[in-house]
Amino acid sequence: MKINTLVAAAAVVLAMMLPGAGMAGDTIKLGVAGAHSGDLASYGLPTVNAAKLVVDEVNAKGGVNGKKVELLIEDDVCKPEVAANIATKLVSQGVDIVLGHTCSGATKSALPIYKAAGVILISPSATSPELTQSGGYPNFFRTIAPDNMQAKPEVEFALNVLGVKKIAVIHDKGDYGKGVAELAKGFIEKSGKGEVVLFEGVTPGAVDYSAIVQKIKQSQADAVIFGGYHPEASKIVSMMRKKRMSIAFLSDDGVKDDTFIKVAGKDAEGVYATGPKDNSKNPLSQAAVAAHKKAYNSDPGAFYESAYSASLAILNAIDKAGSTEIAAVTKALQAERVDTPVGTINFDAQGDAVGVGFAMYQVKNGRFVEVK
Amino acid sequence: MDYFIELFLSGLTRGSIYALIALGYTMVYGIIGLINFAHGEIYMIGAFTSFIVATVLSIYGFPLAAIVVVAGVAAAIWSSAYGYTVEKIAYKPLRHAPRLAPLISAIGMSILLQNYVLLAQTSDFLPFPALIPEFAFMEPVAHIIGSSDLVILLTTTVVMLALTLLIKFTRIGKAMRATAQDRTMALLVGINVDRVISATFILGSALAAIGGLLIASHIGQINFAIGFIAGIKAFTAAVLGGIGSIPGAVLGSLVLGLTESFATGYVSSDYEDVFAFSLLVLILIFKPSGLLGKAEAKKV
Repeated sequence: MKINTLVAAAAVVLAMMLPGAGMAGDTIKLGVAGAHSGDLASYGLPTVNAAKLVVDEVNAKGGVNGKKVELLIEDDVCKPEVAANIATKLVSQGVDIVLGHTCSGATKSALPIYKAAGVILISPSATSPELTQSGGYPNFFRTIAPDNMQAKPEVEFALNVLGVKKIAVIHDKGDYGKGVAELAKGFIEKSGKGEVVLFEGVTPGAVDYSAIVQKIKQSQADAVIFGGYHPEASKIVSMMRKKRMSIAFLSDDGVKDDTFIKVAGKDAEGVYATGPKDNSKNPLSQAAVAAHKKAYNSDPGAFYESAYSASLAILNAIDKAGSTEIAAVTKALQAERVDTPVGTINFDAQGDAVGVGFAMYQVKNGRFVEVK
Repeated sequence: MDYFIELFLSGLTRGSIYALIALGYTMVYGIIGLINFAHGEIYMIGAFTSFIVATVLSIYGFPLAAIVVVAGVAAAIWSSAYGYTVEKIAYKPLRHAPRLAPLISAIGMSILLQNYVLLAQTSDFLPFPALIPEFAFMEPVAHIIGSSDLVILLTTTVVMLALTLLIKFTRIGKAMRATAQDRTMALLVGINVDRVISATFILGSALAAIGGLLIASHIGQINFAIGFIAGIKAFTAAVLGGIGSIPGAVLGSLVLGLTESFATGYVSSDYEDVFAFSLLVLILIFKPSGLLGKAEAKKV
């Protein structure tokens, strides 16, 4: 009796799943994978909103190639091991293209699975240079500039604009943070204008960073370049200010997030961070932001415009290619220039977007303001 | 020399932070031989409670001293309620089960509480208000040691002394020691063992809550995951010092904090954890019961 009930239950579940499986050819399945919960959710959730808005708009106009676009949203909490599971799940659900993942480490672990399945991945936020420049991931594209394109302006800004000579480079030992920090160190050494007086990684989540702050002070650095995310950045900056150190603090777009300002409060004032160029003059960007305000009644968060652009670019490429087949879409992504909130872009042979870049921002009166 | 003193003080602060949490681990272990993995989460709940209370009170414009006291008391009561409930739900039914069962139950409780706070509160980092003001008299030495470091150091010292006195001289302290030595015998001489165990959990949780308030104010931010790493480090410190021993927990925490601080200062912060855990391995090889732990007598 018990077994019969189980079989019946299984049959019901299967029957409920069948229509979904049967419709596989009738929609374009756009996977959205990234951090939707956990520490870094504020980097991943805006991408989900962007994808929803773009897809709603596209579907309202009749879809792509006559097919509706369907979203498959999965949370990888920015953990490489979870990302690999999510990738397998999406592939088994017959995903055609994936928007994501949010973090470089997670993207790196998921990419081989998509590659084997012939699925294109387009990320709004994974900035590790290796992803495109190693040549190992032909199925990877992104609408954000890689880290070496932000390490360079960071270093140039520190050396040329701020005029500092001794720089302490600190990172969070993660793929992303350490990547930026190592590039920054390389650029400083190559420039011949400054010297790296300290290069160290801190343990994320530690209860107290006073020892490393003392060490920065001991190194007599004139500025700190930090590679990593905002939780550690705000702890280190606050501790530096508590210890009455007023030297400049420069970081990357992992820190250029309003949560950083909210958490670090007055200690955030004067902190520099690189972030994607300001597109607020671009009418497409204004429209995208207005759409977000209308739909969610709030300002969009980090990487929203980049994700919006990625969604537009990939759907446009599928439209131009006439299929979701990887070679055709790749060709269309590289050849077709498309108007997006981050500018008119196409992709180079490595998968990086042509026409996007970083600008330097500084916290002034509780807001990130572009430094001209 | 200045650099050495600075590192020494930052190690002391770090150690005192660990100690505030480690005391709860060690007390519970001393009484029922259980590693209460949910203790880090109790600390986190204490931090959240004081955050909520402090935020509400500051909206109504209460003076800072009143906010600290009320938030501290509220956090201690609320966390104690959690500690008490966790014990009643997850550990008491397993009191006569094999040792592994309550341990797994504790890990389960830790995951449950973490995700409960994640869902009920937020996944974001929250800015914790600076409840410990910058004292004017500390200004000349502010570049070496901050006001919050000083308060944490003092609190840990006071708490450790008070706890030692409580266990040595009060009625409940004597009952705790009796329960720790032989639970059956304690029952036979009329000690309400269940109540003693509950009292231990309440006391440990209240300490963790105070720790939560001070540490969150020191760091300036909280989220649902802060209890995990702090808990692991405090647990390491408790084992280092000899789990079950109160002065041991404090000594172990200070040794751990100083090791990490000097490792960062003189070698590299990349290797801070390597040094901390190598030290743990070394001490356990040469003194398996920890620095101040007593060798466990096998009961026949």
